[in-house]
Amino acid sequence: MLEAHQLGFQFLSGEPLLSGISLTLRAGQWVGLSGDSGAGKSTLGKLLAGYLTPQAGEITLAGMALPDSGIQPVQWLPQSPELSVNPRWRVGRILREAWTPSEAQCQAFGIHPRWLSRYPQSLSGGELQRVCVLRALAPGIRFLIADEISTMLDPITQVELWQALQQEAENRQLGVLVISHDSALLKRLCPQRFHLSSGQLKPW
Amino acid sequence: MITPQPRLRAMLSLSITAVFIGGLIASQWLLTDSVQRMQFGARLAPPSLEHWLGTDALGRELWARTLAGLALSFWVGCLAALLSTLIALSLAALATLSARLDALVSLLIDTLLSVPHLILLMLIAFALGGGTQAVIIAVAVTHWPSLARVLRAELWQLRQAPYVHISRALGKSRWFVLHGHLLPHLLPHCLVGALLLFPHAILHEAALTFLGFGLSPSQPAIGVLLAEAMRYLNGGYWWLGVFPGLGLLLMVLMFERLSSQLRRAL
Repeated sequence: MLEAHQLGFQFLSGEPLLSGISLTLRAGQWVGLSGDSGAGKSTLGKLLAGYLTPQAGEITLAGMALPDSGIQPVQWLPQSPELSVNPRWRVGRILREAWTPSEAQCQAFGIHPRWLSRYPQSLSGGELQRVCVLRALAPGIRFLIADEISTMLDPITQVELWQALQQEAENRQLGVLVISHDSALLKRLCPQRFHLSSGQLKPW
Repeated sequence: MITPQPRLRAMLSLSITAVFIGGLIASQWLLTDSVQRMQFGARLAPPSLEHWLGTDALGRELWARTLAGLALSFWVGCLAALLSTLIALSLAALATLSARLDALVSLLIDTLLSVPHLILLMLIAFALGGGTQAVIIAVAVTHWPSLARVLRAELWQLRQAPYVHISRALGKSRWFVLHGHLLPHLLPHCLVGALLLFPHAILHEAALTFLGFGLSPSQPAIGVLLAEAMRYLNGGYWWLGVFPGLGLLLMVLMFERLSSQLRRAL
């Protein structure tokens, strides 16, 4: 269980962005998070994945602090896949950075074998996002923070990607926090949803 | 007017420099004794068909000595620039490991940049007893700070890239991130940095030798030739200083041009 207790965060030169945020994400659970631009959704995602350190409160995983080193059980999937990959690496190397997915897994995520020998610049944002999602599903991962990962995909690819992710999450009992502006998508995927506004979480 | 692509210009520049350097190196096998052969009947002879660039006070052919001097400067410059780049890269990489190491490296860079180059060069070359090795070490340990500052800044910027954070989150070590993600990005910077260091290195080698702190007077270095020429300039023996000086200028300009073309192309 991933728990955030009374989280508070502000950037160095700014007003408090998040205050008193408490959130629980259980194994196999899908939780949706919406909010206006600049409300702090991505910041909350980064805090939960350990990319940022909260100034108040704590984040625990099964009652313990997030590990300092080694593979992180909470993985953050950012919005821009172009920035999430080393532009000097071929796609095959990027995909296998932490683990080697099977052919069936590649197929499920719509990753074509011929992409693997190409450089990321020659793939579209949507194609690259699928590679990034599968790369993050390394063994040992227990929670995913999916931060607007399907924004740049066409509707059919969106459906394929979410179906593949749902299947993988069900098989491995992964907890997923879906961050999106798309309320229809959140209603479809997540039984439990929150709206982030003025630094506070409100269920909807 | 259609302008050539930066890569094409860089390739052209690289080819011209490679031919020049190839010729310089080949000439050292062909001119084994011409460099030191004395002709007492032709001492201080001006440039002519017989003595292309004239002769020095001992009747040695100046064209052979200039070529030998340029070849020596090339090797000294190469080794000093390479060593300097390695120092810069190692310290920049070290600075990324912790804030304390970064502060230490920054302090070292600022300290070295605040000391006049030539004084430090002379002190180090003198302390090491002069000679080729001393010149290479002195030039190398005084020329890395500017490149180290650029590489350190580049590394700090790269460290903020999301894919670097993701790699760490995927369980990759700091060492993996350094050699797998960060250092390959720095190779073009290192190549251009080394090429930019090279002209400085050979100019400082010549300056050190000219001032008597560098290579041995028995070696046909450009600095030695220029120092010898100083004694005869008042007598109107202009060729003793002009041709070695022009040769050095040509080599420096060639490498400056190559490095600026490569910087645009990479």
